[in-house]
Amino acid sequence: MDAIASLSAQDFKSDVKPIWCPGCGDFAVLTALAKALAELGRPRESIALISGIGCSSRIPAYTSVYGFHGVHGRALAVATGVKLARPDLTVIAAGGDGDGLSIGGNHFLHACRRNVDMTYILMDNQVYGMTKGQASPTTAPDWCESKLTPSGTGVSPVAPLHLALASGVNFFARGFSGNPNELARLVVAAVNHPGFSVVHVLSPCVTFRSEQRAWKQSVHGADAAPAAHPAEALARFADDDGFTTGILFAGDREPFMPARTTTMAASDFERGFAVRTPPGSLAAASPA
Amino acid sequence: MEAGHDGQAASTIGPADLAWSTPAAADHRTVPAVSVAVIGSGGAGAMRAGEILLEVAAVAGFYGLMTRAMGPQIRGGEAAALLRIATAPVSSLDDHFDLLIALDWANFNRFAAEIPLAPTTVVIADPAEGDVPEAVLASGARIGRLALKDLARAVPGGRTNMVGLGAAAAMVGLPSEIVAAVVSGQLGRKGDAVLAASVAALKAGADAAAALPAISRLAAPLHDGVARWNISGNQATGLGALKGGVSFVAAYPITPATEVLEWMAPALAKTGGMLVQAEDELAAINMVIGASFAGAPALTATSGPGLALMIESLGLAVASETPIVVVDVMRGGPSTGIPTKSEQTDLNIAVNGLHGDAPHLVLAPNSIADCLFTTQWAVGLAETLQAPAIVLSDQALGQSRAIVAPPREPPAASGRLTVPARDHVPASYRRYAETESGVSPMAIPGTPGSTYVADGLEHTERGTPSAQAADHATQLDKRARKLEGFDYGPSWADVEGEGEIALLTWGSVTGPAREAAAQARARGIGTRLISLRLLLPAQPARLAEALRGVRKLLVVEQSHGRQFHKFVRSCYDLPAEVAVISHPGPLPIRPAEILDQLAAWE
Repeated sequence: MDAIASLSAQDFKSDVKPIWCPGCGDFAVLTALAKALAELGRPRESIALISGIGCSSRIPAYTSVYGFHGVHGRALAVATGVKLARPDLTVIAAGGDGDGLSIGGNHFLHACRRNVDMTYILMDNQVYGMTKGQASPTTAPDWCESKLTPSGTGVSPVAPLHLALASGVNFFARGFSGNPNELARLVVAAVNHPGFSVVHVLSPCVTFRSEQRAWKQSVHGADAAPAAHPAEALARFADDDGFTTGILFAGDREPFMPARTTTMAASDFERGFAVRTPPGSLAAASPA
Repeated sequence: MEAGHDGQAASTIGPADLAWSTPAAADHRTVPAVSVAVIGSGGAGAMRAGEILLEVAAVAGFYGLMTRAMGPQIRGGEAAALLRIATAPVSSLDDHFDLLIALDWANFNRFAAEIPLAPTTVVIADPAEGDVPEAVLASGARIGRLALKDLARAVPGGRTNMVGLGAAAAMVGLPSEIVAAVVSGQLGRKGDAVLAASVAALKAGADAAAALPAISRLAAPLHDGVARWNISGNQATGLGALKGGVSFVAAYPITPATEVLEWMAPALAKTGGMLVQAEDELAAINMVIGASFAGAPALTATSGPGLALMIESLGLAVASETPIVVVDVMRGGPSTGIPTKSEQTDLNIAVNGLHGDAPHLVLAPNSIADCLFTTQWAVGLAETLQAPAIVLSDQALGQSRAIVAPPREPPAASGRLTVPARDHVPASYRRYAETESGVSPMAIPGTPGSTYVADGLEHTERGTPSAQAADHATQLDKRARKLEGFDYGPSWADVEGEGEIALLTWGSVTGPAREAAAQARARGIGTRLISLRLLLPAQPARLAEALRGVRKLLVVEQSHGRQFHKFVRSCYDLPAEVAVISHPGPLPIRPAEILDQLAAWE
C-alpha cells in the first residue's frame, strides 16, 4: 500500500506525455487534480479515474491511479458500475462538454438523479477539440467558426448548472483552469461530499476557441455560501453568466447504494425449482 | 421462496373433495406423450391453467414442456399455453395437438398457425363463445361442446379456466388427487373460499369431460427415480449466471429477456450482489464493464434491439480485455420486429456485429435446462479469458417452462487471473503483457503497486495509448490467441448418434431436431445430431471429427436469411451434399418437416 503521508501531487502523475496542445486548459486541470488527490491523502490504488472520449478524457493515462478510458459518452455509466461494485473505492469520472452533455447527456441526467457517491469533473471548452473544432452543446448559437455550422448552430446552449440542479445533483461547483489552487480545493470538497458531485471546469481550448483566453477576465467568485436547496440555487443562478466560480450548491440527499446481504448461496436457489412430491402420492420425484 | 414454483401449503380442503371418476384405462389406448393447447383472450387464465397442468404432470412423475404464444398486448390480447406431457424427457412440441381447450375464440386466428390440429384432435369449445373458427373445422378435428362459462357460473366464484383445466386433466388421465394437491398448494394462501370455488370448478369440468370424445390417455409415468425440476429457460439462465459467480447485473427491461432480470434481482440481493436498472442499454453494458473492471463478475441481459445498442461497448470489452457476459434472449427482428415471439436471427450481429477485428465468445444454450449450463459456462469462460461472451438464448427457450432432470453443470473454470498485491510502486506492471496463452494477469483496483489504465484505444503492453503498427499487431494477436488457443473441451457441441446422415443445428431448434433424429433412428435411419453450443471461436478440427463419415448434412435453423447456414459455410468445411431447413419465426420448426427430409434421403 502507498505510504500515504509521503505522496506529493507529483506522485499522482504518470510519466505519459499528454497529447494536449500547448496552452490547453486541461494541463492545469491535471495539476489541480493531482494536487487534490495528494490533499485527499488516499492511496493511489484506492482511486479509480474513469473517462470516455475527447481531449480531456485522455486524463486517466496522465495520472498514477487506476483508470478506465472507455468509449465516447459512457464515462458516468462505467464509473457507476465501478462504485456500486466497489464502494470502498474513490471514484472520479472526467471528460468534456461533448462527451458528458451531448452523446452522454442521458447518463449525466441519470447520474444526477441516481446520486451514487462519486465525482464528475466536467471540463468545458464549448467545442469539440479532438475532431478539430465543431460546436458542442455548450457552444453559443452564433459561433460561426465551424465548417459544420458556418452560420452558427442557432441552438440554445445547455447550462450544466441548471441541467444538473433540475436532475437532482447533490453538489455542484464551478472552477477555472486558470486558478488551479481553487480548482484543487473544489475537487477535494466534491470528493468529500456524499453523493454525486459535479465540478464544472471552465477549461479553455486555445486552439479552436482562442478567444477563451479572455475567460480569466470573466470569472468571478460566488458571493454567498453554497445554496442548500435546488430551488434556492436555481433562483440564485437563474441569470448566472456561467462564470461564477466556487461551490454553488451542496445538497444533503442520501447517496444511492443498494444494501448487500449474503443470506444464501447460489446453489440454495436450486431447491426452488425441485418438484416437490406430496407425501404418499404416486410421484416418482425422489432425489437420484 | 420467489424462485421456482409455489410449494404446497396446508389447507382444509384436500384430495377427497376432488375425486372424479376417470374412465377405466382399458377403455382407451395409452400413449407415451399427449399434447394440449389451452387458449383464451388475455386475462382469461389460459397461461395459469397451462402452468398448473404442467406442475400437476411434474408432481405425477411425468416430463413436460410448455411454451407460450402471446400477442403484444399487456392485457386483453390472445394467449395460448402449448403443452406436451410425456413419460420421457420432452425436447420439443409435437407436430400437432391432441387436445385444444378454447376458453374463448377471441383473436384465435392470430395464432392459429402456431397450433396445428389433426383429425385425431379433440377440440373443447364453449357454445356460448360463438362458432368454432373455420380453420379449426377444416382440420377435421372432433369438436366437443362444453359449456365452460355456464359451468363456472354455477359455482360461486368459479372461473372458466379452472373448468377447462379440470376437463383437460381428466381427459389426459392425470390423477385428481394430485390436481387437488397442486391447486391447493398454489391457491391455498388465498383462502378456503377461493380454493373451494376452484376445486368445485375443476370437478365440474372433469365430470363434464366424461361425456366428450376421448383422446388417448397418458401411459403410467416411468418412476425412474430421477429428481425433477420445473423451470423456465429465463430462470435457468439466471441461476446459471448466479452459479457462475455473477454478482453484478445492470440491465434495461426488454421482452423477452425481462424474466432473467426479475429472477436475478432478488436472488442477487440475497447473495451479496446487486441488480441495477440502468437508464438504457448503453448505460447497462458500461456499468457492467465498470463493475467487472473493479473485480465483480458481471452480466447484462437483453434482446436484439438492446444488443444492437451494446455493440460498440462490446468492442470496448474486447479491447480493454474486460470479462463480461451479455445474454440476448432473441425475438423476431429487425427493428422492434415481433417482441413476443422467437427467432434465431441475432446470430449475424452476435458473430459479426463488432467493428474492427474483435475476437469474442458466442455461445448458445440448446434446451431449457441447458440455459443453466451454457450461461454458467459462459461466465467461467469470460472470466478465464478476459473477454466478452454473448449468450444467444431465445424466446422459445426463455419463456418456456419444462419438467426436466436436474440440469448438469459445466466443468469448473479457472477464473480470472489477477495480480497479487505488491509492496513496491513499479512502473513495470504490464496489464496487457504478451503471454504464451494471450491471457495476462489483471490488477483489480485496490491492489497496491499495479495501477494502470484500461483502454479501448489501442495500447502498449503497459496500457498506454499507441497508434503504432507493432503495438496493434501484438495486441490483435494476443486477443485472438487467447480465445483460439484455449481448450474448450467436449462442451463445444452436443454430438449424438451415428450415421451417414447428420443434422447440424443450434439453439432452441435443437429440440425438434433431436426429436426428429430419435424418430429417424426408430425407423432405422442412422442419424447423427450435432448441435453447436460454442459458436465463436469456431472449432473446425472438432467439427471435422464430428462429421467424419457423414455423407449428407441437413442444416436446421429458424431464420429467413439462412444466417446459421451462411455462418457454418464461412467457418467450416461441410460434406458435399447439404440441405437446409430454414424459415423465420414465429412458426416453430416441427420435427415432422425434419423427419421428412431425413426419410427422403434414406
